[in-house]
Amino acid sequence: MSAPVLPLAGASLRARGLTAVLTVLTVALSVLLLVGVEKVRSGVRQGFENTISGADLVVGARTSPTNLLLYSIFHIGNATNSVSFETYEIVARAPGVAWTIPISLGDSHRGRRVIGTTEAFYDHYEYANGRRLELAEGRAFEAPEEIVLGAATARDLGYQLGDEIVVAHGGGDVSFAEHTDHPFTVVGVLKRTGTPIDRSLQVSLAGLEAVHGGGPDDHDHEAEEHGHDDHEHDEHDHHGHAEPDTITAFIVGLETRPLVLRLQRDLNTYGGEALTAIIPGLALAQLWSVVGVAEQVLAAIALFTVVIGLVLILTSVYSSLAQRRREMAVLRAVGARPRDVFLLMIGEAALLAGLGGALGVAAFYAAYGLYGVEFAERAGASLVGVRPGLFDIGTIAGVTLAASLLAVGPAFRAMRAALADGLAVKY
Amino acid sequence: MTPSDKPESAKDAAVDLRDVRFRWRTGPDVLVVDRLSVAAGERVFLRGPSGSGKSTLLGLVAGVAEPQSGAVRVLGSDMARLSGAERDALRADGMGVVFQLFNLLPYLSVLDNVVLPCRFSRRRRDRAVASSGSVAAEARRLLDTLGLEEKARRGAKASDLSVGQQQRVAAARALIGAPRLILADEPTSALDADARDTFIALLLDEAKTSGAAVLFVSHEAALAERFDRAEDLATLNGAWTTQGRAA
Repeated sequence: MSAPVLPLAGASLRARGLTAVLTVLTVALSVLLLVGVEKVRSGVRQGFENTISGADLVVGARTSPTNLLLYSIFHIGNATNSVSFETYEIVARAPGVAWTIPISLGDSHRGRRVIGTTEAFYDHYEYANGRRLELAEGRAFEAPEEIVLGAATARDLGYQLGDEIVVAHGGGDVSFAEHTDHPFTVVGVLKRTGTPIDRSLQVSLAGLEAVHGGGPDDHDHEAEEHGHDDHEHDEHDHHGHAEPDTITAFIVGLETRPLVLRLQRDLNTYGGEALTAIIPGLALAQLWSVVGVAEQVLAAIALFTVVIGLVLILTSVYSSLAQRRREMAVLRAVGARPRDVFLLMIGEAALLAGLGGALGVAAFYAAYGLYGVEFAERAGASLVGVRPGLFDIGTIAGVTLAASLLAVGPAFRAMRAALADGLAVKY
Repeated sequence: MTPSDKPESAKDAAVDLRDVRFRWRTGPDVLVVDRLSVAAGERVFLRGPSGSGKSTLLGLVAGVAEPQSGAVRVLGSDMARLSGAERDALRADGMGVVFQLFNLLPYLSVLDNVVLPCRFSRRRRDRAVASSGSVAAEARRLLDTLGLEEKARRGAKASDLSVGQQQRVAAARALIGAPRLILADEPTSALDADARDTFIALLLDEAKTSGAAVLFVSHEAALAERFDRAEDLATLNGAWTTQGRAA
């Protein structure tokens, strides 16, 4: 014979109405927090790890590895110094270097970063384990006045091929100096990547030079100075392109991996200027080791709220015991075994926890569906791999199991009381 | 195979107590009964003032308490030889119980309360199905007989009923699946005279129809005339007569 009392558990909870609902809600909120923390944590992590792949080194001016990684690749924060274009060219031509991607940051369009780079960006930049950038429409930039948009930029700002865009100096939403006399024409839009590139715009280094007054267009610039530290440009013609004095950073791909440590050491001790060369994976690991502490604290807090939810279930089961002795006597009278009484109590606790867990998980995905992307973009990170999975099932099962185990105490007590009371409860 | 499957014999009265002595753990004897017997299908009225050991006696018969000495045979089974689970099964299969008050689970509907024993006893479920085609139909038939079919159809909760109605629902629950023994512990003491008479008439009629024995305990001696036989616990219980009070 199985468990004839389990259907009764549901009816009993329904009858307790508000108390049961509040208990379920408490569990749901705690599970929402637990699942939320875990999903955002792993989502951000995977998002970061997916942002760059295949690159052997990222090189910038002397700074901390984490800082270099954050500003050059994740567009978080700003560079305090730049690398001379001369150094970049030396590294680019060094033996064993297969490709390089220069990155020049510092300009923006309506709060979005403008990346000055070369065609190498589209040929060599890899993300999410070796995926290359792809154009959703149009083509890569060829002329200095052409610009390519990330997927989110095009979507959010409503730009289409052929639209004209003016970039501004600085990174804010409201910029102080708009380069209105040098509009760019949109020639391409990238497919979505789930990386910060989605929110960027890309122009050629020559194009960036032009707006800062170093470009080969028909305006008269005569080596005029803008006076910004990282944007001091002069005329410098090279293979028909205008090139900047300095860039923010560059990404290096090597012909063979084993070279990477030696080149990193060479760059870090380079005599020409103070450089920092990082291996992206290692720098990321370093970042996580710092962030990890905060993650653990958050996870611990979330876990403790779940424990609080479970203790609440325990409380409600315990406090219902006294008033339910009559009910147990009735059940005994109609043939319930002490075991059935035990199972009824366990079943109720498990049901409260299971419902709460399921509701919490559902609430998380509902909230994520509604606000997840906005939240991630505001936080400057993209969440990758946030979808229902084993963790959620495990959480619901774990909470249910934990509540069942906790309820063993009161259930055992109820069973003992039912045995002692028999059919007659003394009031 | 449950104990009540055993073949009938001359000794197979519905209830047979011999030389039974019971006390709570360390206290004095609360029940000392030399002989009490209820034949199969017999309807016995057991008069007992409060505290005369009625509830203890019913607990022994129902198999939720065990005597320190003596033999309790119920529906052909020697209770002392059954395990706790077997006694539970015997009660589920063979007995219907009506209490003085609070018989029903307040969170279940009237109908669900009536079919409750069929959750714990396949035998009673099968008999209910054999009688009316389904457990719910049998419950409705009983409620109809007891004048409560309307409540069942409206899906009323047990807590929506008057005390008299609750007791009738409890009677329907005790009767469903035709158990061979009905135990009633002061089932009418919370009812007014009219409701009490109706209740007893319905209970006894239905018991007669299904052939169930009835052991009906009450302090109201006037009810005795409706039964086949009446006993007085005050004289039956040696502990009561010598010590006066016991729970």
